[in-house]
Amino acid sequence: MKKKLTPLIVSILLFIPGLILHGRTVWLSPVLCTVSYLLIGGKVLLKAAKNIRRGHIFDENFLMCVATLGAFAIREFPEAAAVMLFYQIGERFEHYAVDKSRRSIAELMDIRPDWARLYRDGVEQEVDPEQIEIGDLIRVQPGEKIPLDGVVTAGTAALDTKALTGEPMPRQVQVGDDVISGCINLDGVLTIRVTKPFGESTVSKILDLVENAAGQKAKHETFISRFAAVYTPVVVGAAVLLAVLPPLLIPGQAFSDWIGRALNFLVVSCPCALVISVPLTFFGGIGGASKKGILVKGGNFLEALAKTDSVMMDKTGTLTKGEFAVQEVCPVGMTKEELLHFTASAECFSSHPIAKALLSAALLPVDPSTVTDITETAGFGITATVSGKQVLIGNEKHLQKAGLVVPSAEGIGTIVYVAVGGRFAGHIRIADVIKPEAIDAISRLKKMRVRRTVMLTGDALPTARAVADTVGIDTVYAELLPTDKLEHLEGIFKTTPPGGRVVFVGDGINDAPVLARADVGIAMGGLGADAAIEAADIVIMTDEVSRVATVIGIARKTMRIVRQNIVFAIGIKVAVLILSACGLVGMWAAVFADVGVSVLAILNALRMLK
Amino acid sequence: MKQSFRITGIDCANCAAKLERKLQKIDGVTSLSLNFFTSKLILEAEEDRFDAVLAEVARVTHKEQPDAELGKA
Repeated sequence: MKKKLTPLIVSILLFIPGLILHGRTVWLSPVLCTVSYLLIGGKVLLKAAKNIRRGHIFDENFLMCVATLGAFAIREFPEAAAVMLFYQIGERFEHYAVDKSRRSIAELMDIRPDWARLYRDGVEQEVDPEQIEIGDLIRVQPGEKIPLDGVVTAGTAALDTKALTGEPMPRQVQVGDDVISGCINLDGVLTIRVTKPFGESTVSKILDLVENAAGQKAKHETFISRFAAVYTPVVVGAAVLLAVLPPLLIPGQAFSDWIGRALNFLVVSCPCALVISVPLTFFGGIGGASKKGILVKGGNFLEALAKTDSVMMDKTGTLTKGEFAVQEVCPVGMTKEELLHFTASAECFSSHPIAKALLSAALLPVDPSTVTDITETAGFGITATVSGKQVLIGNEKHLQKAGLVVPSAEGIGTIVYVAVGGRFAGHIRIADVIKPEAIDAISRLKKMRVRRTVMLTGDALPTARAVADTVGIDTVYAELLPTDKLEHLEGIFKTTPPGGRVVFVGDGINDAPVLARADVGIAMGGLGADAAIEAADIVIMTDEVSRVATVIGIARKTMRIVRQNIVFAIGIKVAVLILSACGLVGMWAAVFADVGVSVLAILNALRMLK
Repeated sequence: MKQSFRITGIDCANCAAKLERKLQKIDGVTSLSLNFFTSKLILEAEEDRFDAVLAEVARVTHKEQPDAELGKA
């Protein structure tokens, strides 16, 4: 792509005296200008000649040659040379801008591993990741990319997941943990048993998605390509009419004057600025989002997202962590620590989510050897002996069956009643944890003037209401079956003003129909969840719900730049066409309306890649 | 059947757009997209005619853009 600078500089050096001497010398100025012209425009002339033989009359090179040769014909030597110079300088800028955007895009795609270190029969060798099969062992050294998805079988390390999730905090992994391709191993040496072939590994899926995103074109892109297809012939046709009709119809009008005006039309007839900048902006939007760990499956989804009217969210896993935690401890006749200790001890052999929450809340260390005689009564609770004392844990009925009087407690979530040594000892409230950033996520949506926020959940109404109030969601629909969610979505559609879009955010598990039916379906926690990646239009790789606002912001910025470029490019072109037709501007303005506008539009589009 | 290719050597975005429009009109092409920035051409055509369609795509590409090269993705 690199072109030599020398001809350009020599050409400029010849052109300047040519311009100064214009009209003062008989032959020196024309000669200087012609040599300057040929030096810079020789290649353009050759290319144009080749293209004519192939029947491309609307080719940019050809139009530029006709325009400049026309300028020679009407003895405007400096103008011919200047236009060619200007055109070539503009082209260089354009190439530079295109190159720069290509490089930025390549950087975004730089998560593809080139090789993997296969460890087989005691020998290590570097092979193409595609050759590795499920069950193979691979080794990843510090500083290297994990080439395929797998499970760690030896070693510990911190992984940099930034390229996938946009998350700056490294993730610690140890033996038994799942690891995802595309992460970079920061320290330690890892041995990994491969669980997915390269084609199905996370990296391949993400790359495939981002690269193919261009296939799903936005309406604006389709508009531009239709516009481009008619724009050039129309402008060239107008140029012909402009050159011929006025001199024939209006007495006293010179052909040379009108041909000059018509030549301007030819220069402005390339729709390049639009054809380059609009797809580049969408691509930049998609690329910029993927840098932040958000995968967008097409420009059309950014277009829809920019018009978001209502955001519907699933509760569990989206607004809440989907993990239970102890929210409240109310002991009777003992300390909180003691109550938690007895409860956690009695539950220490259970793998129930509630037991896990109790265990992780225990402040004193739990010694399993002090726990004996555990019996579990389904639907009621657990009875066990801890350090010689009988402990009952469960619902009210479980304790009432043992003849105890249980004061009823109220609150969100699950309440566990405890009795120790035959006496009521208090209750512990356990509930799903609201994500700390959920409140900020909703308030950001509201600041962005999203009209309506709705929460859908299968959970009980009081719990759902409490979560909604905490995070600031307006409307709650609780106690829903998966099919009910779809019905509510239809209801939301009916009350959405025309032009507004409905976005659904879920974790991709059992809400696939809603994800598909919404205008834009966003799945959370895409890292490792293949079903979510398949079902959704947009995938947020981490479980941060605040990125919903981030991606809406990206969508709006994309659409703003697209509109700016369309209005700017068409506006300047039309203005220059009108001014040219009136004979008010020279070919310089026309060249600006061609390459100048392209360069500015590309630079504007490049803002998206930042 | 859907397959992607690498396409390089196209002069400008408008040339790429024009080429894309021409290629989309080829008989047997279900869908085709040409991305100037990623240098990617994605062709979808019926399985049993795929090779013939691909040959035609290559021929038209060469005719429109003699410097263009169509290769493996």
